[in-house]
Amino acid sequence: MSVPLPYYLGLSAILFVIGVAGVLTRRNAIVVFMCIELMLNAVNLTLVAFSAFLGDITGLTLVFFAMAVAAAEAAVGLAIVISVYRNRRTVNIDEINILKW
Amino acid sequence: MTTEAILFLIFAIVALATAVLMIIQRNPVMSALYLIANFFCLASLYLLLRAQLLAVLEVVVYAGAIMVLVIFVIMLLNLGDEQKLAERINIRLILGAVLALGFLVELLYLFLFPGAQGLPEQMAPEAATIGTVESMGMSLFGKFLLPFEVTSLLLLAAIVGAVTLAKKQP
Repeated sequence: MSVPLPYYLGLSAILFVIGVAGVLTRRNAIVVFMCIELMLNAVNLTLVAFSAFLGDITGLTLVFFAMAVAAAEAAVGLAIVISVYRNRRTVNIDEINILKW
Repeated sequence: MTTEAILFLIFAIVALATAVLMIIQRNPVMSALYLIANFFCLASLYLLLRAQLLAVLEVVVYAGAIMVLVIFVIMLLNLGDEQKLAERINIRLILGAVLALGFLVELLYLFLFPGAQGLPEQMAPEAATIGTVESMGMSLFGKFLLPFEVTSLLLLAAIVGAVTLAKKQP
């Protein structure tokens, strides 16, 4: 007797929303970045759960690719943060508005 | 309650607690440490779902590689505490909380009520075999060979992009 599928889906929905709340309220660019990682992981949990309950390997393969994309995103995102910090001396996203106008 | 249900409950509660602690911590290093604890809980949940290879990759790639990179950048930039996060209950905080709550209600409704019909009640019997290294390898180098090779190009582009962005401008 395994844990039913809706429990996994509900847990992943709550984790995703915690990530959304973090992105909307925090102002440190690196913390916002970590919240995005949290959201990616919540979606990965959904994929793994569906894969196990449907007996289909496609979901697991998609999670593998999502991890590779997350690694690439981490490298480029943190390089952008370093580059912005070098020019503006801050990582507060309220003060980084050079793309706004 | 079976052992699996108890384990699910423990890991789910710890995952939620660490996620909430992560977004209310003012010190970015503490946030990063809570996120690592969260990744370990998710790896355990993957194991409960019989996805062995992904559980190992979650610890090695996320908790290992990516979070080391994040902590390295936090140390490099020498960031202190985020100032006046707690006392700034402004329109943005309220709007963010309301939007997130609305989104949560929507997602839970989608997952738990109309979508729950027709879903399998039990874990598929083949779940125990599809998560192994062998079957993931057969899938990656068989049906998904082209996406796998394109991923290597993506990683190369990311390396070049990261070096170019972080390099000192002439």
